[in-house]
Amino acid sequence: MNYNWDWASVGDSLPLLWEGFKTTLLATVLGTLVAAVLGLIVAMAGRAPSRLVTVPVRAVTEFVRSTPLLVQLAGAYAVFNTVEPLTIGITVLGIHYASYLSEVYRAGIDAVPKGQWEACRALSMSPRRTWQAVILPQAVRNVLPALGNYAISMFKETPFLAVITVSEMVAEAREYGATHFVYAETFTLAGLIFLAASYPTSLLMRKLEKRLGH
Amino acid sequence: MATDPLQKTGPEPSVADTAAPGHLVVFDQVVKRYGDHVVLDHLGFTVDRGQHVTLIGPSGSGKTTILRLLMTLEQVSDGVIMVDGQSLTHMPGPNGSLRPANEKHQREIRKKIGMVFQQFNLFPNMNVLQNITEAPVNVLGLDRAEAEERARDLLQLVGLEEKATAHPTQLSGGQQQRVAIARALAMRPEILLLDEVTSALDPELVHGVLDVLRDIAHTTDITLLCVTHEMNFARDISDRVMMFDKGKVIESGTPEKIFGDPDHERTREFLGAVL
Amino acid sequence: MGDFFTYFFDHLPDVWSGLGTTLAATVLGSAVALALAFVFGFMARSGSVLVRGVSRVVVEFFRGTSLYVQLFWLYYAFPLLFGYELTPLFCGVVAFGMNYGAYGSEVVRGALNAVPKAQWEAAVALNMTPAQRMRRVILPQAWVQMIPSFTNLLIQLLKCTPLLWLISAADLTTVVQQMRDRTGETTWAYLTLLVMYFVLAYVLTLLMNALERHAKARLGQHTGVRGLLRSRSAQPAEAAGTSAGGSL
Repeated sequence: MNYNWDWASVGDSLPLLWEGFKTTLLATVLGTLVAAVLGLIVAMAGRAPSRLVTVPVRAVTEFVRSTPLLVQLAGAYAVFNTVEPLTIGITVLGIHYASYLSEVYRAGIDAVPKGQWEACRALSMSPRRTWQAVILPQAVRNVLPALGNYAISMFKETPFLAVITVSEMVAEAREYGATHFVYAETFTLAGLIFLAASYPTSLLMRKLEKRLGH
Repeated sequence: MATDPLQKTGPEPSVADTAAPGHLVVFDQVVKRYGDHVVLDHLGFTVDRGQHVTLIGPSGSGKTTILRLLMTLEQVSDGVIMVDGQSLTHMPGPNGSLRPANEKHQREIRKKIGMVFQQFNLFPNMNVLQNITEAPVNVLGLDRAEAEERARDLLQLVGLEEKATAHPTQLSGGQQQRVAIARALAMRPEILLLDEVTSALDPELVHGVLDVLRDIAHTTDITLLCVTHEMNFARDISDRVMMFDKGKVIESGTPEKIFGDPDHERTREFLGAVL
Repeated sequence: MGDFFTYFFDHLPDVWSGLGTTLAATVLGSAVALALAFVFGFMARSGSVLVRGVSRVVVEFFRGTSLYVQLFWLYYAFPLLFGYELTPLFCGVVAFGMNYGAYGSEVVRGALNAVPKAQWEAAVALNMTPAQRMRRVILPQAWVQMIPSFTNLLIQLLKCTPLLWLISAADLTTVVQQMRDRTGETTWAYLTLLVMYFVLAYVLTLLMNALERHAKARLGQHTGVRGLLRSRSAQPAEAAGTSAGGSL
């Protein structure tokens, strides 16, 4: 290997990558938020008394979960071509991960002991109050570590947004690499930034998981 | 005999000194520690060929640890264990020195020992016959037909000849334990270690397993070393009973002596509590 | 809609060829991943700190740097650095294999650790060698635990193969996108594409369910036929890799 590593371009591209990284973070945070809320709604809808609700809900989540995020992004971008790309990206990321998270919520809700439901019934609590005061606080606690892991996973999938012209970090790396022909430097840098951001976070999540006794 | 005479009392036990003829198993100054917790405290005893020895004593007194050390499931912290004149714990190093035995050395000696566990530990990925023939074929190098014949004989001995192709999960606990006994015997061990083999069984299944073991004790010349809470069984099959407490043998003698007229106050208390 | 499907069925050979590329990347990528999962999974249980450390670093590296970046690095940066160009499919197979191999190694390690210690003890009591214990006793039991997690990783890997489109390998996504460009039927093109991936994922799941059932039967755990049709709720590798047998 007699490649001439171009340190100057590493320095030059850094501000651009940083701009892209901010978009990456924004998409991850907002996407996780959408997924967390939507996932909960889907999980609760999956427990509805009528099969007219539960069966379609389950079918749709199964479909979303089993199909590629990249194709979903490209499709949504092509169909809703008047909407701002970043909005589409965050929405699709959120929906895709909501389909995963609904499953995690479901497991979290199932993990709340049956006695808790029965106790609420015995105290004549309304269904709304039962969910709000008793079930959800316990379920969410079960779900927290998983939520963190999914956020990390989403973070590493945000480069997919480049496909729909969102200027996140890897898109910036690619563009700078193309104009200056320094792909090796910019992609290596982008990879290292991902590692530097995701590794400590995943260590933190493992610690959290241990503390919550999972 | 109140306690077993140790062959040697010096600070550094050597292989030659402890290898007295006749003793099949020798524990010499054996120490087992877990961190600061001492489970076996300079323990010494011997077992002769063909003897049936039962270890009794309160839970946590280190009885099971003795069997596990002998099976090399755990390693001594200090001291020497000899089996049939060979050290299980040490092997010759350079210039006549001794060093801790490695896996290969232990495997050579372990050939003579078999073990039956409290929780049976049958292999769930094999049926009954495969459980019994696995080691004879792959460890002893028997050909399959011979191993299967041996297995079927043993299944007959434990009264399960019709269960050869059954899966362990299809058997009751008592049946699983009988298969485990057959599996251990298929290796033709000289010493059989029985670790609370009936403790995990429903009461109505206990006697079936004990009957099989009684049969083995009375009809073979195998050396038995067992840990049990079944005092009647201990009385029935043992030549010698050793009372354990706090990592030491506090009393040892014939079952008549130990169960009838023990010397030690602690033994009386223990037997009073369990009988 | 008529236009798209007319075009689609007129150009079936293109679809088959795209499907072939997608399947090749999935199958070869999984094969590499499986091999690496076992290599790094076993290394993670080694007695040597050095071997364990190497495994840890490699696994964290491939988990931590995004798959997307790895793929682009192989395709764009590798030729510049080493003066050797890799075909897009090869890049895909290597990147998918290494990334999912890293996640898979956690599955292997977890499943090996999950086999009860008593099984190891029983194997010692029968005087088996360390290799015999692993091959005859521990691995067959651990394997059953690995399958659900491997199924999940396989589906995730399949779902990543459209990345090949970005490095101009003519996979299924590429082919159908071209049809969309020709016909202008955006909605139908993407729906068709999604349905095709869904069917692929379901077929792979069914195959893995059959494998799991077979492996379980060998452990005497008989599962009903309905279990064969169950879809495995796919989860991101990040979440599945953290616990052994992490099926929900």
